[in-house]
Amino acid sequence: MSLLDVTGLTIRYGDNTVVDGVDIFIERGESVGLVGESGSGKSQSALAILGLLPKQAKVSGSIEFDGQQILGADEDRLNTLRARRIGIVFQDPMQALNPYLRVGAQLKQILLSHGLADKSAADARVIGMLAKVGLPDPERQFRAYPYQLSGGMRQRVMIASALIAEPDLLIADEPTTALDVTVQAQILELLEELRDETALLLITHDLGVIAGHCEHTIVFERGRVVDAGPTTSLFASPGHDHTRALLAAAPRVDRGEVPEPVSGSTLLSVGNATVSFKDLKAVSDVSFAVRRGETVAVVGESGSGKSSLVRAMLGLVPMTAGRVVYAGEPLMGAVEDRELSKRRDLQLVFQDPVSALNPQMRVQAIVEEPLLVHERRATAAERRSRVVAVLEKVGLEEKYLRRFPHELSGGQAQRVAIARALILEPKVLICDEAVAALDGSVREQVLDLLRDVQKETGLSIIFIAHDLAVVRSISHRVLVMYMGRLVELADNARLFGSPRHPYTRALLDSVPVPDPVVAPKRAPLRGEVGSLVSPPSGCVFHPRCPIAEAICSNKVPTLVDHGGTRVACHKATAI
Amino acid sequence: MSMNRSIKVSVTLLLAVAMFAVAGPWLSPHDYLTTNFDRLLASPSLFDLHLFGTDDLGRDLFVRTMLGVRVTLIVAIVASLVSLIIGVTYGAVAGFVGGRVDAAMMRFVDTLYALPFIFFVILLMVAFERNFFLIFVAIGAINWLDMARIVRGQTLSLREREFVEAARLTGVSTLRIIFRHIAPNLIGIVVVYVTLTIPQAILVESFLSFLGLGVQEPQTSLGALVNVGVAQMEGAPWMLLIPAALLALILLCFNFLGDGLRDHFDARHAE
Repeated sequence: MSLLDVTGLTIRYGDNTVVDGVDIFIERGESVGLVGESGSGKSQSALAILGLLPKQAKVSGSIEFDGQQILGADEDRLNTLRARRIGIVFQDPMQALNPYLRVGAQLKQILLSHGLADKSAADARVIGMLAKVGLPDPERQFRAYPYQLSGGMRQRVMIASALIAEPDLLIADEPTTALDVTVQAQILELLEELRDETALLLITHDLGVIAGHCEHTIVFERGRVVDAGPTTSLFASPGHDHTRALLAAAPRVDRGEVPEPVSGSTLLSVGNATVSFKDLKAVSDVSFAVRRGETVAVVGESGSGKSSLVRAMLGLVPMTAGRVVYAGEPLMGAVEDRELSKRRDLQLVFQDPVSALNPQMRVQAIVEEPLLVHERRATAAERRSRVVAVLEKVGLEEKYLRRFPHELSGGQAQRVAIARALILEPKVLICDEAVAALDGSVREQVLDLLRDVQKETGLSIIFIAHDLAVVRSISHRVLVMYMGRLVELADNARLFGSPRHPYTRALLDSVPVPDPVVAPKRAPLRGEVGSLVSPPSGCVFHPRCPIAEAICSNKVPTLVDHGGTRVACHKATAI
Repeated sequence: MSMNRSIKVSVTLLLAVAMFAVAGPWLSPHDYLTTNFDRLLASPSLFDLHLFGTDDLGRDLFVRTMLGVRVTLIVAIVASLVSLIIGVTYGAVAGFVGGRVDAAMMRFVDTLYALPFIFFVILLMVAFERNFFLIFVAIGAINWLDMARIVRGQTLSLREREFVEAARLTGVSTLRIIFRHIAPNLIGIVVVYVTLTIPQAILVESFLSFLGLGVQEPQTSLGALVNVGVAQMEGAPWMLLIPAALLALILLCFNFLGDGLRDHFDARHAE
């Protein structure tokens, strides 16, 4: 008998069927991955297994856990089941932990309320569990509140709370999506190490995570299972078009064509840029240049200062020191003080298209607004035809003119945002995580759109991203930042082929590869990004660096040239 | 978009009450001034069409109550408009400009908050001759403070939104940003808050009239009628019960309307 036996699971909200006849089987100790794009029904299925769907949901089919029917079971039985037999790890640990309870108390509650340990033993068992999930100084963390922990630490606490009752099944719903890539590698490794006999149901949109960590894979599309099987054979010979499409849309850091370097004249350069917010130094002394028609990627984890850097370039936040030169002339001061002619040449596309579009304006009004400022003489008819033309360029028909942003999908909304940025025919387009919120196939379309526009108009693009596989597929040159400092700057092929800085190497090794044949590497970095208020002495990376020596904690490394790669590391020659 | 039930019911009831208040006095053979000493404190009856009875001066209470409803509704709506206009402008400017201007403007609001307002209003009423206009000023002056705070908070968070940043980048003027990007996104919360301040204004007006500081005889409001009714509570309970019941009905309707609108706008955001 399987541990979990889901057959014909169907979930409806009114007339809307979100899950349609889904089967999932999990044997004891097995790891199964559910993969699919957003809205494909994978999370809904997991919530049904946990008995956590909202009341309006109409559920039919059968969910048997270890021989017990879960559908229609009363709340008491579900509670016992959830506490003792099924552990849960959600995407956002801050939402899942009670902010008013100390970490230790939350974990102890699980043990005590279900009689899994008596009072005298509970503390020790919780501290033991916290140590097991790799929290440094577990006695201290036992008394900490969730807000005092970093994102990665919180997710470790979530894993501790899910596993403390030694459940038979662990359900992890996008457990690493909110985390930085080096922390993601640590958490995935931890899940693998700790689960022993516990079966794992891992829900994710990331094929790389599935490939490295699941024996079986189930592919969802629009509420149905379209493909299922052992991970290795499924990836080697996908049985369904959707699986092939998902695989094709998953760029890889380890292989594939990269764009050739561009040799144009310099259009925009940034010299010794520093951005401080009170005593927090977000960006320290960063210099780089962008050529005409070139895509330069700025890569780094959260807190690396990549967003602050471009916001300061654009004048949205003040630049504490340094200069920006555009087409031979300096760009200074706040954006409001800059000449209109220069402002139209630099446009920005934001990460979240939903918050980047005014919810009260129609698409036409949103896209034509820049024309109202920069081309005051244009008549309404002229503006309209310009809007239609630019929408067509980004792949949207005329019927979208009258839509409101909430009537658009994520991909369509991002196209509208790009259209607004392109309508003034800028020379430099800055994309701040512009594809991070999009599903795989839509992301590919948007990236293709950017490539086409660049080919057609010679646009320069500054592409800020944390996803290295995407960066590899689109950029000509790459800039790696860590804690506000530029650590490595090189052409695409050189950076991905022979990274010089130990941090760049670690980043590359942390990216999960969507291929089960390539075994996941051990998480290359321990710990997490340090504090920007009191950064480490010398090289800011030295506390996490695997090859750090005495000099690294004393002296700040300068950027030096190593065969075309500019790298800030004392040990760069040794690598 | 479908309206929820509490909006429908409360709007229907309010419209009915308002129509009665406007049309009622014309339908009655009596007027609000004429005293009839033959029928002092008459109980409600269909016989001579004193539907709500008469008061201690023999004036028809039906007509007087309808007049009171009119005055109460006008005071409420005008006072809310005053608070709406001052509060939204003040709050939006403080929130959008930010920095020192914001700090100075909001400390001014804090200072006004610290004044004991009812006391202030009583002084105002005593110092100047009592008039309608002063009631609007007094009530509006209390209500706009809350409105300004709410609008400022909302504006502060809207200002950080990326679509405002995008507008700043392209060079859209500050005025246009406020009117095109900030203001339309404030409407939801402002509409809800206005419907919730109306009952507050009604209560303050009733309270002032109850103290004898509100509208002047022979004009009347629901608060003033309740005041008179309390004095005659033992002999003529209808003088208290009828205006008090109407006051309660109006207050409940506005409260339900505010709640309903809040849910209505929430649902749209949840989509």
